[in-house]
Amino acid sequence: MLLSNQNILSTKELTKQDIEQILDTADSFKEISTRVIKKVPTLRGKTIINLFFEPSTRTRTSFEIAGKRLSADVINISGSSSSTTKGESLIDTARNLEAMNPDILVVRHKYSGAPALLSKFVDSPIINAGDGSHEHPSQALLDLLTIRSQKGELEGLKVAIVGDIRHSRVARSNIQAMQTMGIKVCVVGPPPLIPVEFKYLGVEVSHNLREAIKDVDVVMVLRIQLERQKQGLLSSLREYSNYFCLTQESLDKARNDILIIHPGPVNRGIEISLDVMESKHSLILNQVTNGVAIRMALFYLLLGEKNANPN
Amino acid sequence: MQTLIKDGHVIDPANKIDGSFDILINNGKIEAVLPKGKSSIGKIKDVKIIDAKDCVVAPGFCDMHVHFREPGHEYKETIETGSASAAAGGFSTVAVMPNTFPVNDNRSVTELIFSQAKKTSLVNIFPIGAITNGLKGETLSDMGELKESGCIGYSDDGKPVMNSELMRRALEYSRMFDLPCIQHSEILDLTLGGCMNEGIVSTELGLKGMPVEAEDIMVFRDICLLRKTGGRLHVAHISSGGAVDLVRQAKAKGLPVTCEVAPHHFTLTEEACRNYDTNAKMSPPLRTHKDIEMIKEGLRDGTIDIIATDHAPHDLADKQVEFDNACFGIVGLETALPLTFKLIDEKVITLQKAIDLLTQQPCRIFNLDKGTLGVGKDADIVVFNPNTKYIIDPQNFKSRSKNSPYKGWKVRGKVIHTFVAGNSVYSAPNI
Repeated sequence: MLLSNQNILSTKELTKQDIEQILDTADSFKEISTRVIKKVPTLRGKTIINLFFEPSTRTRTSFEIAGKRLSADVINISGSSSSTTKGESLIDTARNLEAMNPDILVVRHKYSGAPALLSKFVDSPIINAGDGSHEHPSQALLDLLTIRSQKGELEGLKVAIVGDIRHSRVARSNIQAMQTMGIKVCVVGPPPLIPVEFKYLGVEVSHNLREAIKDVDVVMVLRIQLERQKQGLLSSLREYSNYFCLTQESLDKARNDILIIHPGPVNRGIEISLDVMESKHSLILNQVTNGVAIRMALFYLLLGEKNANPN
Repeated sequence: MQTLIKDGHVIDPANKIDGSFDILINNGKIEAVLPKGKSSIGKIKDVKIIDAKDCVVAPGFCDMHVHFREPGHEYKETIETGSASAAAGGFSTVAVMPNTFPVNDNRSVTELIFSQAKKTSLVNIFPIGAITNGLKGETLSDMGELKESGCIGYSDDGKPVMNSELMRRALEYSRMFDLPCIQHSEILDLTLGGCMNEGIVSTELGLKGMPVEAEDIMVFRDICLLRKTGGRLHVAHISSGGAVDLVRQAKAKGLPVTCEVAPHHFTLTEEACRNYDTNAKMSPPLRTHKDIEMIKEGLRDGTIDIIATDHAPHDLADKQVEFDNACFGIVGLETALPLTFKLIDEKVITLQKAIDLLTQQPCRIFNLDKGTLGVGKDADIVVFNPNTKYIIDPQNFKSRSKNSPYKGWKVRGKVIHTFVAGNSVYSAPNI
């Protein structure tokens, strides 16, 4: 084990050193994905189980490809096909899987804390691939990798995160990881989507998009869900877009070299306009590419020194 | 056969006794409370001696808020196992909440509880009847029938009575029977989907919070109703500092309101939920340091009338799950005394006052002829050693369930004997 923790449950548990090591390792893995034969034998004979209790295409595929490029055997179990629908508890499912000796469990779950719960009952390392509104650490790490690739340094940057902060595990993971790396964070959105407690997490809070992104290096746009309207948190998507959609217009006061990222999936025209999404500022597809490298790095670092040669 | 509890320090707030006395029990009743050394044992034939040296002897504790799960959820607790838990905690009398299956909203369920209690209970069981049928918050229960069958109060505990009109009528109607309406104060619109206090910790953990305002608003609403309705309002398990203030103001105006606090609400904060420990999941939720300080102030100045545990046993299967899906509540009876000692150690209240909150005061609110060592009264007695230190281990609980966030806590105050109607129902091991 090369990291300070045997699980990746939260970015809060990652030290600056951990994060730097993950990003450096990911950088060195990026090249593998550009080869003609995109496979190295590093994790041959290792078994990775993707345990996804919530629908996901991008994240699950990314973890799967990452495992396969390192020659691990990757098994996908989704919520609908697993025994939890037959009333088997989460813990029983995980214990049964563990009895088959996997080397890593990658867990996505709709409830906050589910991966933390599992970690108390299984010995295999667990990677949290998104739990409720809590955290999504590998997303934050790939965001940092994407930013670092462009900016060279993370320390001293300013980032604005725009959207449904209340429900966003991406926001929580990023806020903590970014603060660890010396990045200043501002969260932007209508007050019902930003709990008042966020100000105690050391972030700036703004309800004015144009002002908030005036001097930031990066703006991260989050997906907005129609469901929030039913919960009384939004008046309408139309009005939300009027105030918070990232458009060319809203960028008029922003820096020329501003970077735009989005964890996906994108609602075009609602939280971000099509032209902005496809502009030179947008790194949305770089994020996806970097996601594979980050997850390769996590697998490699969690499975430890036994595989000292990354190639 | 008579029993003499000898050489103990007797504290009986109901009779203003605080000193060295021996207590003679005969035929299940208190025969005499004698100054130390004045009991001439020689003259009494066939007497069993209980040595209470270094111990406090007090009326058996009375917990007006427990969930014994019978009928319906016996895998969590039964009247038998719950009563054993009570006895081990020094409680000789408990009031059981009606959120069983079926709900205790009619005579047949009340009678079933009494008949099971007669067969299996070690302690005195008093049922609390529902305010609304099926706890559905739609129609009033037959409060008269419930009282005639032996219920000592009304509550939809676990749920609030949300409908203001219905709560108004419940307070009015209950006046005819002079029993308190016990409210679980929570505005449900504000707590929908919530599983812990709303605050910094819930924000960090990504869990839906239950704001403190949900409790304050309901307490305020009920107090507002009370001015017109009369009746008696008893606020269950107060957890919000703001709600303590509201009760204080209402009392100052002479309104008939009382309230209780559970030990977890003066010993733990929302911080206990970190790491998603479902044993720290309760309703109302664990709040903040500020709330605890205000609760302590309420205990100091008498705003808070009694300590009640909200004993809520849950099987591992209901707790060893995702935080959102876990049941609310903890085993309370067997940790109440040592946790109350925390208040004494912090000089919030005296030992005498603590015993008052656990004996005389609950019996005053619920019209029970208990909580006293008066001559001729039932010999319900607890003997505890205030200075015995130990570490809480839920595996030793007598309760069928072991859900407690206090595992590993170093505490003092150990129950040595509990008597109900003169019979020993609990003795600490190795005594």
